[in-house]
Parts: sequence; C-alpha cells; structure tokens
Amino acid sequence: MSFPEFCFLVLATAAIAGCIITLWSRYIVHSAFGLMLTLIAVAGFYVLLGSDFLAVTQIIVYVGGVVVLYLFGVMLTPPDLGERSVPRILVVGGFSVGALVVLVNAAYGIKASALSGYDAAAGGTARGTLIRDVGRKFMIKDDYLLAFELASVLLLIALIGAVYIARRRGEAVR
Amino acid sequence: MIGCSTVALLEVAAAALHNTAPSEVGSPIPLHWYLVMSIVLFVFGLAIVLSRRNLIYILIGIELILNAGSLNFVAFGSYRSREALVDTTIVGTFIIVLAAAEATIALAIVLNVFGLFNTVRPEDPNLLRE
Repeated sequence: MSFPEFCFLVLATAAIAGCIITLWSRYIVHSAFGLMLTLIAVAGFYVLLGSDFLAVTQIIVYVGGVVVLYLFGVMLTPPDLGERSVPRILVVGGFSVGALVVLVNAAYGIKASALSGYDAAAGGTARGTLIRDVGRKFMIKDDYLLAFELASVLLLIALIGAVYIARRRGEAVR
Repeated sequence: MIGCSTVALLEVAAAALHNTAPSEVGSPIPLHWYLVMSIVLFVFGLAIVLSRRNLIYILIGIELILNAGSLNFVAFGSYRSREALVDTTIVGTFIIVLAAAEATIALAIVLNVFGLFNTVRPEDPNLLRE
C-alpha cells in the first residue's frame, strides 16, 4: 500500500467516523463536533488531490465559521432527546443503503470511454500552489469575475438578511 | 478501521459486479475511491436529513451533501489536468460561499421559528400567521 493510499484510508476512516457520530449522537453538540471531524477529513482529501487553496478555505470557513455558527444555534435552541424511533431508523437505513448501492454501482459503471481524459496517474500530482492561478482566474473578465462579484454581493445580502431576520422583536418573542 | 474496511469492501464488491480487477497494491489512488467517498458523504447527509426531526440537524446534513458535491468536483478536476484542478477549486470555493450564506440565513430562520413557535421540529410550525 502506497503512502497516498494509506493517507486516503486514514482520512476516510476519520470522515466516516465523523459521519457516524453526526448521525447517531443524541446531543447536537456531539453532532457538531462529528461534522467538524468530517470537514477536516474532507480538507485532507483536498490536500491529497493537490488543491491547497480549497483545503485551507475549507478549514477557515467551515471549521472556523460554520461549525461555530451551528454551536451558537445549538446553544440558543433546546436539545431533542430520544428522537430515534426504530421504524424510522429501519426505513431511513434501508433507503440509505439502497441509495449507496445504486450510486456506487453507477460510479463503477462509468464507461471507460467517458473517462478517457482522466489519467489515473495524474491525481494529486499538481505541483506548487494553486493560489496564483485561482486569483488570476477570479480577476479575469472572461473567466470568473462576474461570479466572484455576485458571490460577494450574495454574502453581503446574507449578512444583512440574517441580521434582519434574527433581530429581536419586542412583542413577538415569547 | 471502519472507513478502511468499508471502502475496501465496496471496492471489491463493485469490481466483482463489473468484472474489473481491483486496483493493484502500490498504484496511485484510483479516481473511484474519491467517487465512493463522495457517495458515502452524500448518503450520510441524506440519512441525517431524512431521519432527524430537528431543523439544525437538517442543516448539518445539507452541509455534508454540499461537501460531497465539492469533493466530487475537485476529484474529477485533479485527475484531468492542472487547468481543470484550478477551475474545480474555484467551483469548490463558490460551493463553500453558498454553504456559508445558506447556514447563516437558515440559522437565523431557525432562531426566528423557535422564538415564534417555541419548537425546532420541522413539522410543528404549521401556521402562516403569528
């Protein structure tokens, strides 16, 4: 087993363990930390794939921002205990296993001709940082400049909208 | 090692189904491993969305689903060329931006629902008025 494969399997173990904690835990705080484990593992996958910019962005934005946001949300709402009814778990588990089998079959059923442009030896071999290329593409008009500006406007709208929605109204809060 | 055995089992099972040889020891990571990992993340997210009766859990499941999509994108880009990897990195960045905006707004809505109805179950708020 090569070193990248070993890294992949360790990261896969961490990601799936985080998913299981998130799915099974009775407490939302445990689930939020399970989500954090999974997101860090996905950042590790990005490193293995050679996408350093996305790995760091994932850690900063997701682990540092979104998970902390969920923890705040958890602190402001009540816990739901004893919500795991057995029939519901059977139905959802059966559906999930079915979806897993179908999708994995679909992934391995991709025709070799459709994958002709994808080189098995090329995965994760990009050398050097991607940040310069990413920054250039963001700033070139024909590439992603419009999407970049729209994303910034979207974030501004989300910021103002969240403040507006979550503001405390004197009479509505019971 | 749950993940190790899961991925290896899925690999062997799918290879047997499609009459292809499993990847050889010592070779670089096959693209399909990333696809399977992405599928596992997606299915876990779907299971969380379907099974939990709490709005915050549903948002957490949606985060997992978005991550699965992003991982799939970057895996295909990485196995194509450096140019494609840069493009898919940018797509992944936009997915993260969308997820952050979604989490902010959705949590604000959850807090508002809790303030109005005193519950975070998705089936309980059933009034259009206060």
